[in-house]
Amino acid sequence: MDLVSLLIGAILINNFVLHYFLGICPFLGVSKKIDAAMSMGLAVTFVMTITAVVSWLVNHRILIPYGLDYLQIVAFILVIASLVQLVEMFIRKTSPPLYQAMGIYLPLITTNCAIMGLALLAALKNYDFVEAVVFGVGSGLGFTLAIVLMAAIREQLDLADVPEPLRGAGIALIVAGIMALAFLGFSGVIK
Amino acid sequence: MPSKTAAEDFFKGLWLENPVFRQMLGMCPILAVTNTVVNGLAMGLATSFVLVSSSFLISLIKKLIPSQVRIASYIVVIATFVTIADRLLAAYFWDISKALGPFVPLIVVNCIILGRAEAFASKNTVGRSVLDALGMSAGFILALFVLSSIREILGSGAFLGFRILGPWFEPWIIMVLPAGAFITLGIMMAISIQVERKRKRG
Repeated sequence: MDLVSLLIGAILINNFVLHYFLGICPFLGVSKKIDAAMSMGLAVTFVMTITAVVSWLVNHRILIPYGLDYLQIVAFILVIASLVQLVEMFIRKTSPPLYQAMGIYLPLITTNCAIMGLALLAALKNYDFVEAVVFGVGSGLGFTLAIVLMAAIREQLDLADVPEPLRGAGIALIVAGIMALAFLGFSGVIK
Repeated sequence: MPSKTAAEDFFKGLWLENPVFRQMLGMCPILAVTNTVVNGLAMGLATSFVLVSSSFLISLIKKLIPSQVRIASYIVVIATFVTIADRLLAAYFWDISKALGPFVPLIVVNCIILGRAEAFASKNTVGRSVLDALGMSAGFILALFVLSSIREILGSGAFLGFRILGPWFEPWIIMVLPAGAFITLGIMMAISIQVERKRKRG
């Protein structure tokens, strides 16, 4: 598979949120305002790209050569937890407003299954280094696209008269379902 | 909500604090592996195994863990049990393990487990923590079972792989697609909120 179709596939077709159901918690939790959604998306993209690089190195340079691949889960989660910690410290120092905007969801990137899913899927699909990085960037952008679109729709939904039991999570999930349906239309874009 | 008796520790997970409908935790596996009942149940059991074992171990060693590194320690404990569950599934139930794909390793980032470790097991006795974990597991399995039943019956006219609706039934393909998962869960969420409102009003 060439890199361009890998990238487009990761953004539009195998979208992390709408196809793999990864990263649903932030997708539902931080999608009330567009700017917060945007910063969350960018934070995830950033962490995903670094994770793709580091987890590939850990997997192919340490675990596999020494026959330790059964430690994959433990190794990946530790790599991700420390990476997120670093990113959090970096953002808190450089951009307090951004740090404010992301609130409690930044530490939660650690348990964001999208990040872990990325490391696992890249290992499962046996991507080489460049492919893994492209997959990481594409998946992050796909997540950003989905969460920003979702936030845009939810800002409009605030003005709509939604039946009371459906407010909040219910209507958000149904909107996500319709988005997933719309994204199915992209599946013919690459062979 | 502080619970007093052993029964309360267990039963609150089923409805009052149901991890899926009340706390909205563990949404990813709920949506991803509920296309058939077998997958849903397998996922539920694997998650329960990890949840109960890690709650047990964490409440047992809670005094030994310095509070600064507790989250990291919990994650290592959880990851260990996930690895055990993953290897066991791959060894004895290869088809299911293949169908669930990356979602078994992903139990490690299921917020229910870390959430219960942090909110309950780190503060309570071993017995209560295990009961709490069992209750949460039951609530999680319940949610997985209901959602996967609806999706399998409507999506392929079958239940547990057996065709139960006659040839007149045209399967709703959308139900086995991601879109069906989102929409069904949204409707279930609304129903549970409505039931809870009715119950509160008495």
